[in-house]
Amino acid sequence: MTFLGMPARNLVGEPFPVAARAALGDAQLRRNLAKATGTIRAKRASVVAELPDWAQLRASGAAIKDAVLADLDTYLLRFEAALVERGTTVHWARDADEAARVVTGLVKATGTAEVIKVKSMATAEIGLNDALADAGVRAVETDLAELIVQLGDDKPSHILVPAIHKGRAEIRDLFRREMPGVDPDLTDDPRALAEAARRYLRHKFTTVDVAVSGANFAVADSGALVVVESEGNGRMCLTLPRTLVSVVGIEKLVPTWQDLEVFLQLLPRSSTGERMNPYTSVWTGPAEGQTSHVVLVDNGRTATLSDPAGRAALRCIRCSACLNSCPVYERTGGHAYGSVYPGPIGAVLSPQLTGVRHNQTLPFASSLCGVCYDVCPVAIDIPSMLVHLREKVVDVRAANAESAAMRAVAWAMSDSGRWSRLLRAGRLGRALGRRRDRIGRLPPPLSAWTDTRDLPRPPQQTFRDWWESR
Amino acid sequence: MRVALFVTCLVDGLFPEVGKATVALLERLGHEVVVPGGQTCCGQMHVNTGYARQALPVIRNHVEAFADADVVVTPSGSCAGSIRHQHADVARSHGQARLADAADRVAKRTYELSEFLVDVLGVTDVGAYFPHRVTYHPTCHSLRVLRVGDRPLRLLRAVRGIDLVELPAADTCCGFGGTFAIKNADTSAAMLADKMSAVLTTGARVLTAGDSSCLMHIGGGLSRLRAGVRPLHLSQVLAGTADHPAEVASR
Ligand code: SF4
Repeated sequence: MTFLGMPARNLVGEPFPVAARAALGDAQLRRNLAKATGTIRAKRASVVAELPDWAQLRASGAAIKDAVLADLDTYLLRFEAALVERGTTVHWARDADEAARVVTGLVKATGTAEVIKVKSMATAEIGLNDALADAGVRAVETDLAELIVQLGDDKPSHILVPAIHKGRAEIRDLFRREMPGVDPDLTDDPRALAEAARRYLRHKFTTVDVAVSGANFAVADSGALVVVESEGNGRMCLTLPRTLVSVVGIEKLVPTWQDLEVFLQLLPRSSTGERMNPYTSVWTGPAEGQTSHVVLVDNGRTATLSDPAGRAALRCIRCSACLNSCPVYERTGGHAYGSVYPGPIGAVLSPQLTGVRHNQTLPFASSLCGVCYDVCPVAIDIPSMLVHLREKVVDVRAANAESAAMRAVAWAMSDSGRWSRLLRAGRLGRALGRRRDRIGRLPPPLSAWTDTRDLPRPPQQTFRDWWESR
Repeated sequence: MRVALFVTCLVDGLFPEVGKATVALLERLGHEVVVPGGQTCCGQMHVNTGYARQALPVIRNHVEAFADADVVVTPSGSCAGSIRHQHADVARSHGQARLADAADRVAKRTYELSEFLVDVLGVTDVGAYFPHRVTYHPTCHSLRVLRVGDRPLRLLRAVRGIDLVELPAADTCCGFGGTFAIKNADTSAAMLADKMSAVLTTGARVLTAGDSSCLMHIGGGLSRLRAGVRPLHLSQVLAGTADHPAEVASR
């Protein structure tokens, strides 16, 4: 199944090189990112190094997810049955629009004008806040970083820390400007900022009666849902309101309760660099007096599953380790990826969810340095997957100057006679480097190299000519 | 030992000195070097840019050129990585099982230079003399595809006269990435800028690495800045002796 058009809006943006160029010009952003990712990288590295069985845990995480993906239909039906048995209503959504419509319908039916939200990538993916706003319902993000993004009418730039691109002073100014009832003398001390948000949110927790969540994990055999968080605000949303709607991607399943043992070790160490996160909420069916709904979302996941070389992207547990370690992400930030899933995982997941035809630059937004694979707690070989997706992009794209050049070079390279003649012809380039014995600025398209780098002047004699004359 | 040298397309056409140094080093250690004439390129640029199908005849050419070699050595972590981790997979995923099997056989006998010296020949002291301040950049593919680890550093530490200084944030990518350097030139340049400042803080006269491609990128940036740091491939540092010192004057 491929889907086209609107549902892709939260997964596709401007071409990456164009968006990256704007981000690279923002020195403040580069400083914020370098500081934040540097800190979290170091924390992750030290807590991962503590575990002697990390390699085995990582292999188990990958194997459990692969087993679920191989029999996803069975696990999904098992999960549905368990949920229904415990009194939760289950809805299925083929794509983002359908999911947003279902949730909006459920929320509207309660008559509420506001919902409180647990931080959730799935709801960002389906564009829920906009859909609710269109229906006259205000969604209030309760995760601090997500709230910062929302108050600033900004977009998230990181999976775990959506406001990672913001410095403390920027956040203080934003709170002073946008947060009702905030102390006008608020400082940029992190504790003061968190306290201001807490005060604002406390009021929401006690007055809003409908909550929307996602889930980090969904346990197939019991229908349990799991939310892993740092602040405890999610837990308030999960327990206080009378109606709870949870939006869950169909790949979030694990077979049994016991499998969580592996993931609850992998996730906190990889994401925040903590041995354990402060709050882990697990619920199985509605709490007393509560109505609960689960909306299971496909939105391109089945299509992703159908590609053997791409499906491992569905193992992702959204820890963000690959973002924090990526030298490209560190310099461009998350907005350049144009998708709610930025960074290395975004570069392989977003194009698969939308179909590569609609997302042609993301697979190329990587130097293939391989750090993402090394840090991924479920061993997704992102570099190989990027290479695979690049081939798919080339396949769907019309022939152009690049493909003509590639063909010609491949033709020359598949025969050593042709290749030596081409190399000898390369000596003509010596004329360009006559003055400094290296080649400086050249016109487009070669300027893409020579704007920042000299080229070596081709030698008098190729290696093979030297070898033959020796 | 009779060693077949895969010199790589880049060294063949642009950096012949790297090939000559590799030959000199292996011969000095008492081995016979052959250069199979049919060789061209490993095809990695095509594969990594999305042209795996177009790379198939290039891969076939490589596999045929080295089919009879007992052992293949190449002065590139990236090309060794492609041969060992891409060739057979690309052939297999395009339905060419026979080519894939042949590629597997060549892959098993292919080594990057530092692996060959340390693992196969069992030497870390290659008898080199190089009286200069040097810093080493571990290229991504040698580090994370081949996992050469500290082999190049062990070789460098044994060089007489060398003043080896550690490169800060050494394992961070330099921003080359093949066609990435062109397709995402701005991002590549931002990564390059950080790598160059790291190199400059070391005060090194020479920047060395196991890949001429990354050195072309970092060296091209340093040359534009007229920084006076000379990029030299690992083989060129290791080939230097008291009688035949490597040339380090920056051009
Ligand atoms: S791809 Fe791996 S490292 Fe990246 S967010 Fe997902 S689980 Fe974490």
